[in-house]
Formats: sequence, structure tokens, C-alpha cells
Amino acid sequence: MAARAVAVSGGRGQAVSRMAAALAGAGVIALTLVPVAAVLFRAGGWGQLGPGDWQALRFTLLQATLSAAFSVLLAIPVARALARRRFPGRGLLVALLGAPFILPVIVAVLGLIAVFGRSGLLNSGLEALGLPPMTIYGLHGVVIAHVFFNLPLATRLLLQGWLSLPAERFRLAASLGLTPWAMIRVLEWPMIRRIAPGAFAVIFVICLSSFAVALTLGGGPRATTVELAIYQAVRFDFDLGRAALLSVIQLGLAAVAGLVALRLGGEQGFGVGLDRRIDRWDGRTPAARAIDLVWIVAVALFLMMPLATVVWRGLPGLAALGAGTWEAAWHSVTVALGSTAICLLWALPLASRRGEVLGLAGIALSPLVLGTGLFLVLRPVVNPLSLALPVTALINALVALPFALRILRPEAEAIRADYSRLRQALGLTPLAWFRLVLLPRLRRPLGFAAGLTAALSMGDLGVIALFADPDRATLPLQVYRLMGAYRMEAAGGAALLLLGLSFAAFWMFDRGGRVNAEA
Amino acid sequence: MLKLEGVSVGAGDFALDADLALAPGRRVAVIGPSGAGKSTLLDAIAGFRRPARGRILWGGQDVTEAPPDRRPVASLFQENNLFPHLDLVRNLGLALRPDGARPRREAVAQVEAALARVGLAGLGGRRPGALSGGQQGRAALARVLLQRRPIMALDEPFSALGPALKAEMLEIVRDVAQELGALTLLVTHDPEDARRFAEEVVFVADGLAHPPVMTEALFADPPEALRAYLGR
Repeated sequence: MAARAVAVSGGRGQAVSRMAAALAGAGVIALTLVPVAAVLFRAGGWGQLGPGDWQALRFTLLQATLSAAFSVLLAIPVARALARRRFPGRGLLVALLGAPFILPVIVAVLGLIAVFGRSGLLNSGLEALGLPPMTIYGLHGVVIAHVFFNLPLATRLLLQGWLSLPAERFRLAASLGLTPWAMIRVLEWPMIRRIAPGAFAVIFVICLSSFAVALTLGGGPRATTVELAIYQAVRFDFDLGRAALLSVIQLGLAAVAGLVALRLGGEQGFGVGLDRRIDRWDGRTPAARAIDLVWIVAVALFLMMPLATVVWRGLPGLAALGAGTWEAAWHSVTVALGSTAICLLWALPLASRRGEVLGLAGIALSPLVLGTGLFLVLRPVVNPLSLALPVTALINALVALPFALRILRPEAEAIRADYSRLRQALGLTPLAWFRLVLLPRLRRPLGFAAGLTAALSMGDLGVIALFADPDRATLPLQVYRLMGAYRMEAAGGAALLLLGLSFAAFWMFDRGGRVNAEA
Repeated sequence: MLKLEGVSVGAGDFALDADLALAPGRRVAVIGPSGAGKSTLLDAIAGFRRPARGRILWGGQDVTEAPPDRRPVASLFQENNLFPHLDLVRNLGLALRPDGARPRREAVAQVEAALARVGLAGLGGRRPGALSGGQQGRAALARVLLQRRPIMALDEPFSALGPALKAEMLEIVRDVAQELGALTLLVTHDPEDARRFAEEVVFVADGLAHPPVMTEALFADPPEALRAYLGR
């Protein structure tokens, strides 16, 4: 009965919103297709690919496979432990699992170097034990960083799976006295088989277009991703034809993997209700408790140590922030705010099922491909470097659009379903509907989406690296440059500033959506 | 007169046929088994659903193509009759100003009067969430009062209320209808509502909306389909 309201003749309101949606959709399509077309237009023959490029393709697939596999495999025991234990700080740890999403990649990399790097905590420990040191650079560094970012995502997805198991099944298992092994086989394994492939695919897609991690921890002929190769072709070799060709390859990879992930993934929310815990009667043996404890402590350390070291080592550097860093911070704040505004203006009219599919184009397309395309489009008209910041804001908005839509769409559709008849009965004007109903009712998800977009954009180190000149750095790029110049204290301070700005941006917007928001 | 001429209105793979006329100012109950199309009939009249065939006329004027806000109908839905984040003055103000402009003093006075009329004097600053279920129903009725349309379409608006409260609300509906001189259509699944409230009954069953019959006559000698529905 609920989904029956269909207007007789639509009315002015529907016509206006349909036009806005069409405009916003056309914007997305133009922005994704025109750069891709420009790239395709410039692409030469296959012969231009060097052996290094093929190796980049192989490395991209290899690291994405390993990263996704480790993330999902390690997430299984962690999620299981979180699902069946209740302990002080559990809520905090679950919240922390969401943090990597808004954590700037460069900050995490700096933290991982501090823990796993040459003179890092881990190597000090290994040295004390008389063991050979490890290095964070190369394949395993890239994989560690990707696991750092995606293990929490996989854990959240699996935790949701565990919490979706009906409580009655655990009661039944308890009354039947199922052994732990039978419990896994009957209850948990089917759920894991349902969720894990989708989680693997999503993480694989994310890692496919890895740029910032490969830029900082990879590099060299043996650890270059396709994205990094595109960047190098544009930035160092100025070989636009090769960059275009690599872009086509990246595009194909992302499109195929994205479609697979979409099929496997199904509906994945943002982890609402992970505080729930289902009463269980299994896992009460000391051994089971010990295993869960080890996993929880291990993952907490793995996630918190790098962040803690960033804060700890960044504090002295804060006092010594140079003018260049402050200017870069200012650029980042402007880009983040601009990006957020663009993204929300885009997302509001597209917050429907069809719009969400359209917005997914942004997730499959790589920012580097878009950037290369825009570079090619703009070059005949203006100096692309002079547009570095606006282009970055625009591309960040496009990249954040799928997330914003996923957050806004369910609520927006519920509002339309609940009130479209009242709207029609009253004959509300489009503006009144937007101003008095849609915006106020969407405040919470809008705040959340704005916070995510602002934080994502603030921490983005992607397209800006392609376009930037010395005068137009953003803060992540500035951190990268300071690291490259081995000014580690300054880099640490700038990274801490970036971390603070990203989290503050998220917090302020998210909170802005909650304060005084009544149901 | 409200006339439905050879109307056929579909909802999914289901269709409802109606060929009937209703006199202005009457209180009419629409009853029938659930899923028979009572709400569909109301939707067609209020303009939320376009008939596949036939015409709908009010006072001789064809309103088949008119959108809901251009029809002579004010609707009360099962739920979502008020925006929960707006106070009552703003909510009811929308009935006077669909462009959402902040109501002027004169409009506020009108709203306050309507609220007083349904027994909610002085509650204009409250949001719906701060009202009881019965008060919310009254507020929604005040909105209908402000819309001043010659037809009121009520789609089981009080089904969530207890028996005493529902009887009270139907009293107020009767008063409001009388004041507006409005033809009132009340969809209900409770034959008792129909007896208490309606002068005429439209019985909907098997994809057909039967022409109105005087309530007493109908219940005194129910046709076969109605007898099955009533369970006697």
C-alpha cells in the first residue's frame, strides 16, 4: 500500500525535480565521458607500451589480489570476536573501524613508516631480538597499507553479516548443544560465504586504482601500479599518448572489476547498528576467549599504533610549520569546502535509485584517468596548472558522489514516499518542498555526507599531484613533498595538521546535521 | 454532484470499475473487504491515480486530468498528514500558502481559529510529535478545514485510534463537514463506523464500486456480497 502514490499528471513540482535530476545527471555523464573520450582520442597504438607498463599491470593485479585476500581473511576472526564479545571500549573500536575512510592516505602512510619503516618500532624490536630488519617499501609495504585501510572495511561488512544472523538460530544452536565446529559449519560459514566474496571484490576494486599508496610506498620498476604509471607518463615523461593508453587499460580494469563487485556486493550500508550484540551461548571456553582477545588486541594495535605515532611524532613539528605548509592547508580547506558544496548540489537531485547507479560511474573511474582527460581537454585552452585547485575540487566531488548518494538516497526516497501525497494535496511549490520539507528532513544524512566528502577531499592525494605546480600545493601534497625532501619533522607536523583538519571537517559537518535536528 | 462515468482505475494487475453519482454535502462511507479497492476509489477521486477509462465530473466540470491540488478534494491519509519537523502553524499555513512563505498575522489568526475549532486552541507552536494521536488527527482535520474544499476524502485516518477516541473524531468530522457543507467520503473497514457516521454507503467488492445506498436500508437487507463480508 505504501508504494502506490503516483501523481496523476505529475504537476509542476515533479517536472522541476526531474529537470534538476536530468541536469545533474548530464553533468556526471559529461564529466566522466568527455575526459575519457579525450583520453581515447589521444591513445595511440598498443605498440607504445613498454615492458615496464606490462609489469605495472601485473603488479596492479597482484597487489590488489593480495590486499583484498589478506583484508578479508584477517577480518573473519576479528569480526567474529567483535560479534560475540562485549567489553569496555568495544563501541570505540567499532567506531575506529570507520575512521580509515576519512583518514588521509598520506597520514596513514607516514604512520605506517613510523611503525614498520627502517627505523620504526617494529624494526627496533626485531633488532633487539637479533632478527633481520624488514622494509616497508615495495610490494609488502603497499599490501600492508592497503590492509590497514581495508581490513576495517572488511571487518565492518562481516560484522554486519554476523549481526544479521537471527537470534533464534543461536538459541536453537544452544538448545541443541552444537559443538563449536558444527556452529561454524551450520551458522557462520554460510554467512561468510555470502558476504566475503562481495567484500573481496569491493576491496579489490579500491586497491586497483591505488595511487597515493603506490606513490609513497611503491615506485620503481617492480612496484608501480597503472595509476602511478599514468602519473609518471604525464608528469615526468610528458608522454600523453602513453598516459592515454594506460588510462584506457585502467578504465577497462576498473569497469570490469567494478561490475563484478556490483554483482557480488549487493546492498552494503554504512554499518548502522553495529552496536548490537546477539546473545550467544557458545565460545565460553578459556581457549575461545583467549583467541578472541588476541585478535581484538592485535587489530586494535595495528590500527591505533600508526595513528598514535603520527600524533606523537607530529607534535614537535607543529611548532615549526612553514609558510608553505600554512598556505597549502588554506588551499586544502578551500578545495574541501568547494568540493563538498559541489558534491551536495549534485547529490540532492540525484538521490534516487537511478541516480545512484549513475553516480557509481565515479567509483569505477579513476581520478587519475579523469585528471589526465581534463588535462588533455584544458591544455589547448588554458594552462592546466593554473586550474589545479578547481579541477581537484571538481574531481573530488565526483569521486565522493557515490558515497554521498548511498547515504542520501534511502532517506530521500523515504521522504518522497511518505509525503508526496501530502505535497500534491497541498500543491506545494517546488521551492517550498525543497526548503521546508526535503532539506530539513535530510539534515542528518546531509551532514554525514558533507563530512565524508569534506574529509575525503581534504586528504586526497591524487589528481592534485598531476596538476600541481610549486605555488598550488594542497596539504597532502605538501606532506609528500616534505617527505621527499627528508624533512621528516616538518612532514610530521604537516601530517598532524592534515589529520586534525580532516577529522575536524568531518566532525563539524556531521555534528551540524545532528544538532537541534528533531525527528 | 460528483459523478464517476464509466471509470476504470487500475492498480497493478487489479482494476476497479465505478459508475456512480454522489450528492454534495452527503456523508458517505466506503466499505468492503480489504484489497477490494476502497483506497483506489478514493485515489481516483482525489487525483492520486489516473483512471484508465472514463470521466470524473464535479458540478458538471471534468476534473479527470486535474492534479490533486486543483481538485475540489481535501484529503486525509492513513498517516503522514502533517510534516513532523514543522509546528502546527507552519503545517496548517501550507494549506493557505503552498509556496511555503511564513504565514502573515492574518493567516496565523485563521490557523489559530481552525485549531480552536477542533479543540486545539493554543497549541499552534507544537510539533506533531508533541501531540497525542487524537490531537494529531484533530490537527489534520483543522488543515482540511482551512483548505475549504467541497469534498473531503478520508482514507481510514483514525484506524490507529481506540474505539472511544475514534467515535469522538468522527463527531468532529461530522461537524467540520457540516460547517463546510462538504461531501464526505470515509473509507473504513468497520461497518459500525458506517452505521454511526454515514447517510449513504458505497460498497466495494470484486472490482466494482456499487452505487450508493441509504445506510439503514443497506444494513437492513444486505446483498449477498455484503453479507459475506459482514459474516452473516
